[in-house]
Amino acid sequence: MLTAVLSGFALAILAPWLTGLFKDRIGWLLALLPLGLTAYFISHVPAVSNGQVVLQSWDWLPGLGINLSFMLDGLSLLFALLISFIGTFILIYAGSYLRGHRYLGRFYAIILCFMASMLGVVLSDNLISLFVFWELTSITSYLLIGFDHEKNNARKYALQGLLVTFAGGLALMAGLIMLAMAGGGYQFSEILASDNDLLTSSFTVGMILCILLGAFTKSAQFPFHFWLPNAMAAPTPVSAYLHSATMVKAGVYLMARLNPALGEHPLWTTLLCSVGAFTMVLGAYRAYSATGIKKVLAYSTVMALGTLTMLIGIGTDHAMVAFASFLLAHSLYKGALFMVAGILDHSTGTKDLTLMGGLRRAMPLTVIAASVAGLSLAGLPPLFGFVAKEALFEAVLGAPWQGAALLVAAVGSSALLIAVAGSVAVKPFWGAPGDTPRVPHEAPLGMWLGPMVLAFTSLLFGLALYVPDTLLMGAAVTSVHGAPVDFHLSLWHGVNWPLILSFGSLIVGAILYALWRSSRAPLARVNERLSRFGPEAGYFCLMKGLVWVSEWQTRVLQNGLVRSYMIVLIMTTVLLTGYTLLSQHGLYITLEISDITFYEAGIALLMVASVGFVILTRSRLGAVATLGVLGFSVALIFILFSAPDLGITQILVETLTVILLVLVLFKLPGYSHYSKGYQVWRDSTVAVLFGLLVTLLMLSAFDVRYFESISSYFIQASYPEAHGRNIVNVILVDFRAMDTLGEIFVLSIAALGVFSMLKLRAEVPHDA
Amino acid sequence: MPEKRSSLVQVNTVILHTAALLLLPLQILFSVFLLLRGHDEPGGGFIAGLVATGAVALYLFAHGVESTRRILRFEPQEFLGLGLLFGLASALIGPLVGEPFFTAQWYTLYLGGNTEVKLSTVLLFDVGVYFTVLGALLMVVISLTEAED
Repeated sequence: MLTAVLSGFALAILAPWLTGLFKDRIGWLLALLPLGLTAYFISHVPAVSNGQVVLQSWDWLPGLGINLSFMLDGLSLLFALLISFIGTFILIYAGSYLRGHRYLGRFYAIILCFMASMLGVVLSDNLISLFVFWELTSITSYLLIGFDHEKNNARKYALQGLLVTFAGGLALMAGLIMLAMAGGGYQFSEILASDNDLLTSSFTVGMILCILLGAFTKSAQFPFHFWLPNAMAAPTPVSAYLHSATMVKAGVYLMARLNPALGEHPLWTTLLCSVGAFTMVLGAYRAYSATGIKKVLAYSTVMALGTLTMLIGIGTDHAMVAFASFLLAHSLYKGALFMVAGILDHSTGTKDLTLMGGLRRAMPLTVIAASVAGLSLAGLPPLFGFVAKEALFEAVLGAPWQGAALLVAAVGSSALLIAVAGSVAVKPFWGAPGDTPRVPHEAPLGMWLGPMVLAFTSLLFGLALYVPDTLLMGAAVTSVHGAPVDFHLSLWHGVNWPLILSFGSLIVGAILYALWRSSRAPLARVNERLSRFGPEAGYFCLMKGLVWVSEWQTRVLQNGLVRSYMIVLIMTTVLLTGYTLLSQHGLYITLEISDITFYEAGIALLMVASVGFVILTRSRLGAVATLGVLGFSVALIFILFSAPDLGITQILVETLTVILLVLVLFKLPGYSHYSKGYQVWRDSTVAVLFGLLVTLLMLSAFDVRYFESISSYFIQASYPEAHGRNIVNVILVDFRAMDTLGEIFVLSIAALGVFSMLKLRAEVPHDA
Repeated sequence: MPEKRSSLVQVNTVILHTAALLLLPLQILFSVFLLLRGHDEPGGGFIAGLVATGAVALYLFAHGVESTRRILRFEPQEFLGLGLLFGLASALIGPLVGEPFFTAQWYTLYLGGNTEVKLSTVLLFDVGVYFTVLGALLMVVISLTEAED
């Protein structure tokens, strides 16, 4: 499974190069990877549907309990199959959709990275690796939404999606750590199987809130739903893949994964049911009232995500079945419809549904795919969407919490969704020809293949229900519920409440569809009023506030004067360290001066004298030279106390300082005193305080030993374990090599900083 | 002060000129010596990198930026990248042979007689530090030399 996840990243590295090589056929080539992955995951279906769980693990940071470990159970398998199966057609589709695009290679690199990260999310067994993959999906989503980076909207909404999901991601990390603390380990498989009662831990409420914040932001639940419709600034293959079929379901996945452990908690049930139901209704309403085809689909995705969240919250057997079937149905038809939307956009030149009509003659193949997918969206038999809708009603009818309200919400949303299905699958193709900017034409094979296959998979699953039933969903339902559930899907249950509700929603939906055209203007007015108070307005307020605060703190703290930076840094150190020293330790100074030799004292005096000279001198060269004296004296001290490495380093650094000073000396302005009277006093106070602090700290540290010094370990272990006699070097390159690695990166960044300040001037506009 | 600056970058004295030419290889050799002995005696990648930078800087003062760039053959940034790459690569050899990240690997080569050469990922790492220090400092020194006001 490690290979399955990492192969996506590996191919992503090659993608730009391959794109240059294969040009227009690249989509077909790259699609072989997800196709292979689909086959790989299908090969696990028999074992997993028999209740097996495949666990694999690779050490990553075993000392911290962080491993690259993977778990393939029913839920993971269902998601992994969706990701790789839909991914196959998305890659093919993107090849046609972005044919000849300048950055096609970049696009494929990012989307393959995304696919690999998404597989990582659903396969991870370790909380930390799940989190890493989770954040990677956010980053790749950001890059893909902002793919048309020359458009202001794409950049703005890419950032919005990133900030919202990252804010949630931070909360999620806190939540996952709490989960690990309460559950006694970082492995899902251990947490879900352990006897630790997660529900009675002292921070259960905080843990649930943090995890749900992460899941809700990722899965676009109210009040964080606004980023998802805005993410439609992305190219359509991205919207179809990330923002309807896979990434936005990561939050849902996490909730489903944790449901067996946390599902009994009242907070979990309440939050999931109420937020999910509200999001469902809001999404359905906004989908109905929107006119841009991608917005319509985006809001209907919000509706679907709300539904899934609500179903997890309901938590009964029926709800779990409904969850799995709705998840499957939605991914199939929504992926298909998004790709259809892309085709329509491409061939008519507009996204506005009100302009489209009568396209069935020009696009005979697209209309088939759109109709089948639309029927599934509307939930009509014999499509799989119908089965999912029946299961949804069945689940809501048996909901233990606020059943009546949830039922009204579910039926209402379904009715709205039927009207939505009409508006995207019927309206553009039938009726009088619309007035589109471009003359419509049929899409190429690469573009209609995906929607066609996904739509007909919906049909196939509806007709041959045992395929999704036993092979895919059984094990998934077991994973979400935590215990096996006995169920069988069927198209015909006889006349029962779900069927009646379905029929009722169909009639209401048909009426709503009839009103679709005439309701545009009033709904647009209502939405405009509402949006002033919506969470998105809050987001923009928050962003403005953030900018204001950072402007204010930049003006105050980072005013460009090195002097004030120094004062802030030094005084912070003095106050914090000084306070800690006095309050935690107190001053016990034992000064033993009898064993100081005369040459040590001489060096110390020299240092004091040179510092005094540096402060008082009126010549720059003099100051520099005296600082050199100071540096070499320090080097002498190092050598006297048998630290030759430090001594050599100090001498070399002094030498290089001279070289650098020679280079800048002539470029500096004349040497003079810039400080006014009170500044001199202030600065010297700061300097004296800092000197005092360090001196006191050193003196106090002499006779304090809180714990055994580590140096004896280094001395002992240096040769036997690290084959080196120079302990300083062994520490640098072996015992503490990680720190050194960090340091050389810091050094590089500093050098790049100098380089960019000196070399990369802001371009002066020529005609200014 | 344009005259002063040009005189700063390239000092036209025969002694410095010749000395720099002769000292450069010696100093580089010395830096390699420090680098290789660093694990057992005073020295190491950081110190060696500083010495090498000093050598190049001396040459730079004597012969100017153009000529220095010519003998370096690579951009300082490339040394920087190479160094970081070595550092990372040495860390990744551990996982390749199935041990945790950054676990040192030692290989001893026996040459004829009693000569043996200890090769290790630790040495590779130190070489990485060497190149990073060299690259970073040269970047600063060369940028400063070329900087206009």
